[in-house]
Amino acid sequence: MAMEILLLLGLLAAALWTVMTTRLLRSVVGLALTSAVLSIIIFRLNSPVAAVFELSVCAGLIPVIFITTISFTQRIAKSQIQERRRERFIRFFLLPVIVVVAGLALLRWLKIPALMLPAAAGETDVRLLLWNVRHLDLLGQIVILLAGAFAVVILFKEPRK
Amino acid sequence: MLSLFVSIPFLSLIVFNIPGKHSTRLALFWSAFLFIAQSALALLFSTGIINPVARQLSRIFIFKLSLDPLSLLLLLSIGVAAFAALLAGNNLFREKSQKSNFINLLMVAVIGMNATVLAADLFSVYIFMEIVAVSSFVLISIQKDRLALEGAFKYMVMSSIATCLMLVSIALIILVCGDTDFGVVASGLCAQSGNPIVKLAIGLFLCGLFIKSGLVPFHGWLPDAYSAAPSAVSVLLAGIITKVTGVYVLMRLVISVFGINPAIQNLLMLAGAVSIAFGALAALTQHDFKRMLAYSSISQVGYIILGLGCATPLAIAGAAFHFFNHTIFKTLLFINAAAVEKQAGSIHMDNLGGLSEKMPVTGATSVIALLSTAGIPPLAGFWSKLIIIMALWSAGNFAYAYIAVIFSVVTLAYFLSMQRRVFFGKLALSLESVKEAGAGITIPAALLAGITVAAGVGFFWVLDKLILPIQEILR
Amino acid sequence: MMTPELSQVFWLYSIFAALLFITGLYCVLATFNLIRVLVGVEILIKAATLLIIVCGQLTGRQALAQAIVITLIVIEVVIMVAAGGVILCLYKHNHSIDTRKLKNLKG
Repeated sequence: MAMEILLLLGLLAAALWTVMTTRLLRSVVGLALTSAVLSIIIFRLNSPVAAVFELSVCAGLIPVIFITTISFTQRIAKSQIQERRRERFIRFFLLPVIVVVAGLALLRWLKIPALMLPAAAGETDVRLLLWNVRHLDLLGQIVILLAGAFAVVILFKEPRK
Repeated sequence: MLSLFVSIPFLSLIVFNIPGKHSTRLALFWSAFLFIAQSALALLFSTGIINPVARQLSRIFIFKLSLDPLSLLLLLSIGVAAFAALLAGNNLFREKSQKSNFINLLMVAVIGMNATVLAADLFSVYIFMEIVAVSSFVLISIQKDRLALEGAFKYMVMSSIATCLMLVSIALIILVCGDTDFGVVASGLCAQSGNPIVKLAIGLFLCGLFIKSGLVPFHGWLPDAYSAAPSAVSVLLAGIITKVTGVYVLMRLVISVFGINPAIQNLLMLAGAVSIAFGALAALTQHDFKRMLAYSSISQVGYIILGLGCATPLAIAGAAFHFFNHTIFKTLLFINAAAVEKQAGSIHMDNLGGLSEKMPVTGATSVIALLSTAGIPPLAGFWSKLIIIMALWSAGNFAYAYIAVIFSVVTLAYFLSMQRRVFFGKLALSLESVKEAGAGITIPAALLAGITVAAGVGFFWVLDKLILPIQEILR
Repeated sequence: MMTPELSQVFWLYSIFAALLFITGLYCVLATFNLIRVLVGVEILIKAATLLIIVCGQLTGRQALAQAIVITLIVIEVVIMVAAGGVILCLYKHNHSIDTRKLKNLKG
C-alpha cells in the first residue's frame, strides 16, 4: 500500500508541476512525466496492455504533438519571462492551497458507501474482448482516426496564395 | 440490417478518399442519395411496410445495435438535415477542395450520429459522440476564419470537459454494474438506486449532457459556435449535431438506462423551463441573425427537455415530435440565414430589410418556419407544443405549462421582429441588387418548408405512425 | 458486497482522482494560454483514466477497463491533434496564443 500512496503522490506532484511551471516546454515535459507515473500505476493494477498504451502514446506521442504546436508559435522574450512569472504566481498560488485543503477535507470526510459489486464474469482477455465483443469500438477508432486525418489535412495545410 | 446505417456511409467515406481521380460531383450525388435513402428507409420502417424483410436481414447483423421508434425518428431527422446541409454546403463553399472536405467530414459526422442513435452501450455512445464532436469542430474551422476558430476552440474545450465528466461517470457505473451495456447498466443501477455512488454517477453524466446540449447555465459555447461557423456548417450544427449528441442521448439514457425518478424529473423540468425563458429573452435582444437563431435554439431545446422531464408517455412522444420539428424548422431557418448572408453580405439585422421582395422563396419559407416554431396551427410545431403542454397540464405541472405557453408568445414576438427587420419593411438602398439564392439553397428550403406543412396538415397520420409508437419505449 | 479492503483501495484512488480533476479544471479555467488549456484537458482525461482502471480492477473486469482505456487514448490523441491544428491556425491570425487577445472566449 505504501508504494501505491507514494506513486499517487508522485502523480499529483507531477500534475501540479505541469500546471504551475512558467515555461510551456517544461509544462509539456511535466505532462509526459504525469503519464509515465500513471502508466506505472496502471501496470501495478494488473492492466499491462493499457499501461503500454499509456506509456507509448500519452507519454510519447502526445508531447510530440504539443511540442510541434509550440515550436510553430512564438517564444516570449527573456525580459517578459520575469513579468509572466509574477503574473502567473498571482493566478496560480491558490491551486496548491486548494488541492491541499480539498485533499485534507476528502481524507477526513469522504466515506465510501457500502456497495454491492457485480459478480465476476465475462471475457478476461482484453484482446479477445476488444475483437469479439467490442468490435463497434474498433470501428469507432478507425472512424475517429479518419476524422483526425481530415483535421490534419484541413488545419495544418498552408492556404495556397 | 442496422449495421448498414453505419457501414455503408463508412465504406463510401473510404471510397471517396482512395487516391486518384477525385470527383467531388460524384461524391455529392452519392451522399445525397444516401441521406435520402436513410430517411426513406426510416420512414418505411415506421410504417411497417418492410418489417418482415428487416427481420430476415437482422439475423446477419454484426454489431450490437438496437432500433426502436425513437431511433427511427432520429434516423429520419438525420437523413433530412444532412441532405439539406449537403446541398447548402455544395452551394456555399467556393473552392473544390473545401467542397470535398465538407462532404467527407459531413459523412464522418453522419456515421457518428447514426451509430450514436443505434448503439446500445454507454461507452460506444461516448466514442461516437466524440467522433461527431471532432468532425464538427473541424467543420467549424474549415474556412480558417478567425471568429470561427475561436468558436471551435471554445466548443472543443467545453465538449472535452463534458466528456471527462461522462468518463468519470462511466467508471463509477463499471464499479456498480460491471458492464456498459444499456440493459445491464439499467438493471444494475435500478437495483441500488439509493446508493450515493449511483446518484453521483447519474448526476455527472447528466451534467455532461447538459453541457453538450447547451442548456442554461452551460450554454456559453453555443451562440459563439453557431454564429461563427460557416453558414453551411451552422445549418448542420444547429439542425442536428448538438441535438443528437446532447438532447437525444439525454432522452435515451434517462428513459432506458437511468430510469425516471422524481429527482431527475424535477431537475430536467427546471433546466428546461430556465432554458426556455433565458433563450427566448436573450433572443429578443440580439441584432445578429444567426445569434438570435442560436438563442432560439436554446429555448426550443428547453421545450424538449421540459417534455422529457414530465415523463408521461404522452409527454415523451411530444418531446420526440418537437425534436423532429425542431430539426426541420431550425435547419430551414439557418439555411435562410445562409441565403441572406450570401446574397446580402450581412447578417446584422439592422442593416437588412425588405428582402422578401428580392428573395421571395427565402422570405416565404422563413415565415413558415417561424410560425411553426412559435406554435401557430396548423403547422407541425403547433402540434408538438400542444402535446407537451397538454401532457404537462394533465400531469399537474401547471406552472411549467404556463411558462411553456407564455414563452411561446415571446417566441412569436422575437421571430416577428426578425421577420420585420430582415424580410419586410423598406428595402435598404444598399440591397437594390440582391437576387434570390441559387437552387442549392432554395430547393432544401422549399423541401423543409413542405415537410413542416405536411407534418402539420397530415398530423394524425404522423402521430399514428411515427409519434405514438415512441410511447412503447417507456415499457 | 464491497469488502473493507476494497473499499479502502477505492477510497484512496478516488481521492487522488478527485484532486487530479481539480488540478486540471483549475488549469483550464485560470490560464490565458491556449496550449495550457489543452494541458488542463489532458490532466482531466488522466483522472478519468485512473478511475476507470481502478474500477475495472476492483470488479475484476480489467479486460473491459483496458479495452475502454485503449479506445480512450486513441480518441485523446485525435482530439489533441485537431485542437493543436486549431491553435496553429489561430496563431496565424493573431500572432499570439493568449486568450486575452481573442475577441469572445469567455461568456
